[in-house]
Amino acid sequence: MGKRKKIAERVTTLMDKPEMIRNIGIVAHIDHGKTTLSDNLLAGAGMISMDLAGRQLFMDFDELEQARGITIDAANVSMVHEFDGKEYLINMIDTPGHVDFGGDVTRAMRAVDGAVVVVDAVEGAMPQTETVLRQAIREGVRPVLFVNKVDRMINELKVEKQEMALRLGHVIDNINKLIRGMDEEKYKAGWRLDAANGSVAFGSALYNWAISVPQMKKTGIGFEEVFDYCKNDNMKELALKCPLYVAVNDMVIRFLPSPLQAQKERVRVVWHGDWDSKVGKAMAACDPNGPVAFMITKVKVDPHAGEVATGRLFSGTLERGMELMISGISNTNRIQQTGIMMGAERVEVERIPAGNIAAVTGLRDAIVGSTVSTEAITPFEMIKHVSEPVMTVAIEAKNMRDLPKLVEVLRQVAKEDPTLQININEETGEHLMAGMGELHLEIVAYRITRDKGVEIKTTPPIVVYRESVVGKAGPVEGKSPNHHNRFYIEFEPLEAGVVDLLREGKVDMKMDEVQRRQMLMGEGMDKDEARNLVNFFGTNMFINMTKGIQYLRETMELILEGFEEAIRNGPICREPVQGVKAKLMDVKLHEDAIHRGPAQVIPAVRQAVQAGILLADPTLLEPFQNVFIQVPQDQMGGAMAEIQGRRGIILNMETEGDMIIIKAKVPVAAMFGFAGAIRSATEGRAMWSTEFAGFEPLPANLLLEAVKQIRTRKGLKPDMPKPSDYLKA
Amino acid sequence: MQLLAMLFFVGLGLYDERDISIKGLDVVRKADLVYVEFYTSRLMGASIERLEEFYGRKVVPLSRQDVEVDPAWLSKAEHSNVAFLVGGDPMISTTHLDLRLRALDMGIETRIIHASTILPAVSGLTGLQNYRFGRSTSIPFPYTARGRRVVPETPYHVAMENRRLNLHTLLYLDLQEERCMTVNDGVEILLEVDRDRGDGLLGSTLGVGIARAGSEDATVRADRLEELVHHPFGGPLHILVIPAKLHFMEGRALMALARAPEEIVKEAEI
Repeated sequence: MGKRKKIAERVTTLMDKPEMIRNIGIVAHIDHGKTTLSDNLLAGAGMISMDLAGRQLFMDFDELEQARGITIDAANVSMVHEFDGKEYLINMIDTPGHVDFGGDVTRAMRAVDGAVVVVDAVEGAMPQTETVLRQAIREGVRPVLFVNKVDRMINELKVEKQEMALRLGHVIDNINKLIRGMDEEKYKAGWRLDAANGSVAFGSALYNWAISVPQMKKTGIGFEEVFDYCKNDNMKELALKCPLYVAVNDMVIRFLPSPLQAQKERVRVVWHGDWDSKVGKAMAACDPNGPVAFMITKVKVDPHAGEVATGRLFSGTLERGMELMISGISNTNRIQQTGIMMGAERVEVERIPAGNIAAVTGLRDAIVGSTVSTEAITPFEMIKHVSEPVMTVAIEAKNMRDLPKLVEVLRQVAKEDPTLQININEETGEHLMAGMGELHLEIVAYRITRDKGVEIKTTPPIVVYRESVVGKAGPVEGKSPNHHNRFYIEFEPLEAGVVDLLREGKVDMKMDEVQRRQMLMGEGMDKDEARNLVNFFGTNMFINMTKGIQYLRETMELILEGFEEAIRNGPICREPVQGVKAKLMDVKLHEDAIHRGPAQVIPAVRQAVQAGILLADPTLLEPFQNVFIQVPQDQMGGAMAEIQGRRGIILNMETEGDMIIIKAKVPVAAMFGFAGAIRSATEGRAMWSTEFAGFEPLPANLLLEAVKQIRTRKGLKPDMPKPSDYLKA
Repeated sequence: MQLLAMLFFVGLGLYDERDISIKGLDVVRKADLVYVEFYTSRLMGASIERLEEFYGRKVVPLSRQDVEVDPAWLSKAEHSNVAFLVGGDPMISTTHLDLRLRALDMGIETRIIHASTILPAVSGLTGLQNYRFGRSTSIPFPYTARGRRVVPETPYHVAMENRRLNLHTLLYLDLQEERCMTVNDGVEILLEVDRDRGDGLLGSTLGVGIARAGSEDATVRADRLEELVHHPFGGPLHILVIPAKLHFMEGRALMALARAPEEIVKEAEI
């Protein structure tokens, strides 16, 4: 470990020079070679042996990751690279590519300023490529491109020299099209990827070589030579002459911004406080002497050190013993240790200045997304992850004596992974865990047993549904238990465009009111309704259409609480509600505050909402996945049949060479066992991937049966409830 | 008195089992069924057992649920005489009007047996003139809604409005199952709202706290609110008055009956 210590020393001396730092993430579609690329960079920095690079998968230090050959957690590492005679510090995060772990990518993007997008030369831009690119650009993170597996193109596809250039150009064009579509301004301002200027590198991470146009000028090795090396199976020599880490790191240093450059602009993306305030200026200037502004992007429970919180330090300097404030928590936390990450290992350092990715212990109350600061500041923008949990498992402790420990462990797990939704039920001991897919839940369950030492039983995964309305209802009258308060609420479906705005987090209650109104009206919302928006929960809105009702202002929080309760556990079968617009039309309140307290208002509103949803043509929505299948033409029939047999819809089919690319949409409920089925249907020749595609109404003929099933499973009366069940006389 | 099938709302008065009227006592002793409700008000000087002993009747307590949501017992009054006992006067709490209207809808005849209630008692104990009270209001305990602490501001605004109109304000203090709000709690809440919404000067104005009205050790104390917030008033129930400008007779009474410091009374006199 002496070697790593030495690197840590060099890292420490560079930490104070933000112009010499690059914070980068490696992102890609699954299996396009992120982790193999990371290995190369580490080997280049002397952290692992060059012979092992591409095979060690250093960043996949979890044995589970090594066994499955995929990255599950985003892992951090700091390393030093020399460019033009100067030493640079590269803080790198390797991220998972599997769609179930997309939340990790989103969070990693908050910590970095630049991203190396890895694309398989043969497959080109895939669905996850687009997703991760969008995540980067939304966070103001600049991309460069590494086209991987160029050797496959030559040796497997037997592409000729000339066609190779064409094909590679095509890959770059596609990525550029994506960038342009996501942010035309930035694209024009220089984010366009261009092989000629060196913002694209080509190579093979597995064989440790890469080239770029600027490198060609130095080494004299261009595409012609590369083609020959590959054809002659002499990539070892190529790797010596054109090591991958040099080409990629040079590209990173030249094109990706230092924190000093990046923070000027990124602070406006990630923080919506007063940019002219002291802390706002300190962040824009990456000032180590400013107040601490630290955003937590990852929390991991270490068996020895406790909770390790990793994140990006935008301003100030972190030191042991500091008392720091954590957004949403009233007391302060004291930093116990400060460190940098070296894969699974944390190396302690004295202090960490602004512009770096820091790992600290002692911040017990911090969760992913927390803002940590020396003084009270506006919190950083929430980290938005657009995917929603689609599957649930019930978890129980195998041994009675583990019951209390399991609750503790589940709280920890929820803290570590914000894409998980955990519902703890201490009464029954049966807890619910909702996640992004089968794999996600399987891995979490496995880790609970392995890392936390609690033996558990899990049920097979169950699809998560949503409740919504198709029609209108109301005004529905909700009466308080004391009969002295009445609430009249109308219900209807929320405009589809508005639902999208809410889901993508584009509108919130903190933004400028006029701007919010414009955005809502742009999606077809009525002007008065947009003006009278009180709040929203998930994708449901509560609007106050009343005027001049005395005491309504101090009652509103209670009304919202009643609304939220009904929305969280919908009236049909206690699944979450989505896409409902509730309009408060009239209110009659008791004169005296005691007679319109929580015990009166909350149930009155809750019951009106529950009954209202049932009166407004209620429906269940089920989650869908987009399924992308790449399959040889002669196996296409099997793949198509597999989709159609699962209530799937074919959206698009494209021919590329002798391959067909099918894009389809399939209900998650019908996707169980798909992996095995498609394998046998296509003799194992299909490559496929999925992504979350939102919720859509369940076909009417399946509705009642589904409701019955869900209600029975939850121990509720099996029949679909009636509005009168909720409206008390 | 001839009793037909009927629902009687019987007031129990202010403090203990002996505050009931003789008319009320007659009804209780002759009724087929006797219920009592103690969540809108409480007789601090009497327990159910004491009531049963004194009235010589079984007394069935009713919960809030029994009174407001699901008053199944009401139908008993269709065929028999039912006495429904309430602390103070039976019709001051608005929720009992709802009960009475429900009974009428069911074809049940109702009658009210009035009793003493807190407002005239306060007027009597403090010397503040009955004619000069504005709207009454209640101070609820602050609660948490959606993770935030909410302090209802209505009582503060009602008191301020009454002061503008030069009227006294009677402030009822919240009663929950496990806790009764004290004068100290109530004043503290008003001062908090004043800091957030007002000029922060409410502390120097005059307030009157009353404890255990109707009992032998009733306590009345007038002082600046910032002093009253610390004054020990002893056991429940408590009630609070924020007076308007004082008539000179009221000033004299507060000094004599509520140990009001003279300089404050002078400030507060018209």
